[in-house]
Amino acid sequence: MKHHNILKLQGLFIAGLIISMFGVTACNSGSNTSGSDSTSTASSSSGKQILGAGSSFDNPLFSKMFSQYNQQNGIQVNYQSIGSGAGIQQLISHTVDFGASDAPMNPKQDSTAGADVLNIPVTCGAVVVTYNLPDVKDTLMFTPSVLADIFLGNIKKWNDPKIAAINKGVKLPSTSIVVAHRSDGSGTTAIFTSYLSKVSDEWNTKVGTSTAVNWPTGVGGKGNEGVAGVVKQTPGGIGYNELAYALQNQMQYGKMQNKSGNFIVPTIASTSAAANVQLPADGKVWITNTDAPDGYPIAGFSWVLIYKEQNYNNRSQDEATNVVKLLQWMIHDGQQYGADLSYAPLPDAAVTVGDNLLKSVTYGGKAILQ
Amino acid sequence: MDNISGNFAVTRGDEASRVITSITNTENFKANRLRRSYRQISTEKVFKRTLMIVALIVLIVVIGIALTLAVQSTLSMKALGIKFLWGKVWDPVREIFGAYPFLIGTLLTSFLALLISIPFSFSVAIFLGEYYPRGWFSETLKNVIELIAAIPSVIYGFWGLFVLVPIVRTFEANIGAEPIGLGILSSSLILSIMIIPYAASLGREMIRMVPSTLKEAAYAMGATRWEVIRSVVLPYTRSGLFAGILLSLGRALGETMAVTMIIGNTNIIPKSIFSLGNTMASVIANEFTEAANPVYLSALIELGLVLFLVTVVINMVGKRIIKRFTNV
Repeated sequence: MKHHNILKLQGLFIAGLIISMFGVTACNSGSNTSGSDSTSTASSSSGKQILGAGSSFDNPLFSKMFSQYNQQNGIQVNYQSIGSGAGIQQLISHTVDFGASDAPMNPKQDSTAGADVLNIPVTCGAVVVTYNLPDVKDTLMFTPSVLADIFLGNIKKWNDPKIAAINKGVKLPSTSIVVAHRSDGSGTTAIFTSYLSKVSDEWNTKVGTSTAVNWPTGVGGKGNEGVAGVVKQTPGGIGYNELAYALQNQMQYGKMQNKSGNFIVPTIASTSAAANVQLPADGKVWITNTDAPDGYPIAGFSWVLIYKEQNYNNRSQDEATNVVKLLQWMIHDGQQYGADLSYAPLPDAAVTVGDNLLKSVTYGGKAILQ
Repeated sequence: MDNISGNFAVTRGDEASRVITSITNTENFKANRLRRSYRQISTEKVFKRTLMIVALIVLIVVIGIALTLAVQSTLSMKALGIKFLWGKVWDPVREIFGAYPFLIGTLLTSFLALLISIPFSFSVAIFLGEYYPRGWFSETLKNVIELIAAIPSVIYGFWGLFVLVPIVRTFEANIGAEPIGLGILSSSLILSIMIIPYAASLGREMIRMVPSTLKEAAYAMGATRWEVIRSVVLPYTRSGLFAGILLSLGRALGETMAVTMIIGNTNIIPKSIFSLGNTMASVIANEFTEAANPVYLSALIELGLVLFLVTVVINMVGKRIIKRFTNV
């Protein structure tokens, strides 16, 4: 009897092991097939689902747009908010139909892409300078040079004469300035550093423009909420946040002096105004430090990226057409959903550039949009 | 566990005796017996092979991870060479990548956390293992300690940011340090809480396994409780306690989310425990998604490789120390 029991136990144990092993391999193959499935749906004939990936800044707007688009056209768009850089990577490795980025593709990325990739402006956003001075009730004003000096660590106290000179009548405390910046790579940082590089030679040579830079001073917080956390908790803190985030969290933010010398409050209108400039035909432009007299100077486009020639990786013409039509809808009808979420709608000039770019998209050499 | 291995011992012993008994018994019974033992032997083989395969898969996965890290980081190794290890600047714009500040940050926070946590985890281990092994209070304490390990690290991060950081900031203001609150000290404190259960649980199990005959012998000679713990229990469980420390350290080295939220993510070499800093794991977590430039991406992967190697080295040194302890 005892032997039987032992045998049974052994049998059970082995069976369990084998099952779990099969389970593991099945899981593996399962995820493999689902992986290739998702890529093949991206390139299969049905084309009812469109895959996109990239910028997390765009995500709230895209979620709204895509759910509306699904209701209107019955086409599902699956967008993964994994960051601009990762979105570009996914596009280049052909795992998604479109990428989205807060910075236009740089020459290095263009060369790894293997074929022409179009950068289509899809929305614009502003980056605001947030600060925490509980005793200061007036909205502080910043000039480009003062802002650069603060983030370079040259101005260390709030009552520095340079800050006082532009904020006459405001009683500034002697608190130390605690600079907060993004610790994660981010399009917001790209816009902010692009602005500082344009207005300050010292910034341009010492630090430069990128999604992540070697910060001369300050504390790093992860994400918008990380920077906001440092600013809100630290008296004397200063940081930069997306406009939408600062509005939703009722943070103090300053007016920025633009190129024309006007001090501009960041709003949806002043962001759109900043974007209303002459755009190059390829859509790749930093609109920081805008020429527009009523434009807020720290603003930027966000782009959707697609291959110009859509006949790659066994994609069908239907699929390619669906993607292009979606993008066309996004830069026209889709824009109405922006304002509620504090995204600035595209100005006409940008829409025209986007239209021209979409018209240049081809399938097997022939234009998709007639 | 004991039960299962006990059963195997029985089976193995039986096989030998079975061969002997089958010779002396009747033909029919002998044939049956033989058939069954053949089946048993083949089951035995299949079982052994299955175990072997499963164990090999684990080995292959670990080697695979190391290889992937090594292969993916060749680009940055070529571009930066060995300078990567002691370079002090991390500048994605100019493609200068030095891991030194993060290496120091990782080691400093982990060892500081370990130092803070050891008194707590050992006290808990001795309390639960020796003084109150049973009862509602010790059950509760045991469960709470185990719960510490089950809480997701992002929650520690939040708690650290909203509760611990302001306390540390007040403390820093009082002693005259720059009152930011974020930094090495806060991260080490959070980490020390997170790693308590590893050393505590293992230590408790070890202490409970000390043979009571040994302890009773000591008591019989007039030793007090403290003397028994000091001269019998602790020496007996030394290697187990150290293994627990090693586990805790491993956890501290790799912790990402909670540390990222409160270390201040500043790429400088920390000058004091109030300084801001950064760790390897948190740099990777922060910058991986937006690293579009090939060398940049490769440098981040190389950072992962360095972290992997640091963990391996610390584990190897730890094993050596455990061995020395047990041989004495």
